[in-house]
Amino acid sequence: MNDFWIILIGVLVAATCGLLGSYLILRRMAMVGDAIAHAVLPGIVIAFMISESRDSIPMLLGAAAVGLLTTFLIETLHRRGMLQIDASIGLTYTSLFALGVILASAFAGDVDLDLDCILYGEIALAPLYTLDIGGVDMGPRAVWIVGGALILVLSFIFLGYKELYITTFDPAYAAIIGVSVSLWHYLLMGAVSLTTVAAFESVGAILVVAFLIAPPAAAYLLTDNFKHMLLLTVLLGSLAVVGGYYLAAWLDASIAGAMALCMGLVFCAAFGLYRRRLHIASKSLTDQQLAARG
Amino acid sequence: MNVAVDNPALEIHDLTISYNRRPVLWDVDLTIPEGAIVGVIGPNGAGKTTLIKAVMGLVPAGSGYVQIYGRPLDEVRERISYVPQRESVDWDFPASARDVVLMGRYGKLGLFRRPRRADRDKADECLHRVGIEHLGDRQISQLSGGQQQRVFLARALAQDADFYIMDEPFTGVDAATEAAIVEILRGMRARGRTILAVHHDLQSALDYFDWVVLLNMRLVASGPADKVFTAELLQKTYGGKLTLLSKVGNLLQKEEFPTRET
Ligand SMILES: Nc1ncnc2c1ncn2[C@@H]1O[C@H](COP(=O)(O)OP(=O)(O)OP(=O)(O)O)[C@@H](O)[C@H]1O
Ligand SMILES: [Mg+2]
Repeated sequence: MNDFWIILIGVLVAATCGLLGSYLILRRMAMVGDAIAHAVLPGIVIAFMISESRDSIPMLLGAAAVGLLTTFLIETLHRRGMLQIDASIGLTYTSLFALGVILASAFAGDVDLDLDCILYGEIALAPLYTLDIGGVDMGPRAVWIVGGALILVLSFIFLGYKELYITTFDPAYAAIIGVSVSLWHYLLMGAVSLTTVAAFESVGAILVVAFLIAPPAAAYLLTDNFKHMLLLTVLLGSLAVVGGYYLAAWLDASIAGAMALCMGLVFCAAFGLYRRRLHIASKSLTDQQLAARG
Repeated sequence: MNVAVDNPALEIHDLTISYNRRPVLWDVDLTIPEGAIVGVIGPNGAGKTTLIKAVMGLVPAGSGYVQIYGRPLDEVRERISYVPQRESVDWDFPASARDVVLMGRYGKLGLFRRPRRADRDKADECLHRVGIEHLGDRQISQLSGGQQQRVFLARALAQDADFYIMDEPFTGVDAATEAAIVEILRGMRARGRTILAVHHDLQSALDYFDWVVLLNMRLVASGPADKVFTAELLQKTYGGKLTLLSKVGNLLQKEEFPTRET
């Protein structure tokens, strides 16, 4: 049964992160996803200190707030401060992350919060923390939290499909026809922050980045159709989760780590296929040219 | 020279635009008639792109205002369309030509509503009008530069707007595509649409435009093309760039200007 829960949680995380990551990749904002995943740490710690529990609602809100703050700081430093975008990202998230590390280590004695757990997650233990409503066991809490995030992200993409698509492809044109580019930017970043927090308990804040970036990057290589890219992202992410789980069981290694490694392998496989496709395409082109000449 | 018209499609009033407190457009004041193809002409860095961005509200006005059909931009957004410079987007984006053209319908659809059959038909019709109906399913990176420019034009057509703003629509396209685009613009004019296009080539400008705006950080001239295209005003616009000016001089002589009204 544990196997099932762990794989289910992994698949939910991979799907949620991958869907959002698809937009990040196309917006050339993979680094911003990385930044948010790190920068939510102080939000998590502060929310934890205030609420003195691992209760997820304050944590989700705290971290989402810090995620939006991160986005805002990056934008402001870049626009107003004339900083290069990569410098502005690097400056913002390392500072916030450092703040989180200091908070977590300074108050680690007072509260039951394990930095390692935040950074690397404990997906193996996730099935043990069950949700209890009126004495009824509702299954692992993480399933509810990440499942909730997935439903939120799915409805976000479903309802805002056009707006997300057009602000990603051509923001200037979107603005002309009256679609607010910054509103959708912040909504997307808010969703990334929420997802990061929802996922950090199971896979850890750092590995969230692998889930955000590797599956969509692989899917991007395999298709030219955006809807197919979203679907493929979910499929490839799930594949890596299942593969990672059994790899970890076989090697007796970190499950989240093995899953992230499998994400990398999936990407390599996609890259191989992509090169092959390029090769075939250029070959059929030269064939055509030869035929045309001959 | 600054020719004023009544009931203008576009009125720019005392507009000054600055980037980081450095003004790049000073006191631009002009009107543009409805149903004309208008060229915005000036050297690199003259502020042409800035001017059309200001018209579309993409850069804030330091002072002055812009009105389209006598109304502020926000009240007439539905009636305005934009054909950006081709380099302004990532053509490796996972989208087909039809997907991009469909974006022209998004404004009319509004929030939450998905494109329907009628919108798809409209997109196909516009692909047909620009002559690439057979390329609708093609991924946009697999289109030639000229075909990409046509996709942008088709997207603007799909919007069914009245006022079209274009940034260098003829840059990087071959003569055949250029002629095809000009034909489409003339068809639009025949239906009363107004087109404002940034343009670089002086040779063809006289032929393409009814109205010309000469710009070099300040407004040099705005008026009917044949009145504005004088050696003196061009000299003022391109001031100092001698090689270019002598070329323009040759051009004006060769064409025995103004013999256009035939
Ligand atoms: N985002 C920006 N920030 C600061 N300065 C800018 C910005 N965009 C343009 N400028 C400056 O404003 C001036 C006008 O630029 P603009 O792009 O409007 O010129 P242009 O007439 O379109 O030139 P080109 O023919 O090269 O396209 C230039 O001096 C340019 O350096
Ligand atoms: Mg320009």
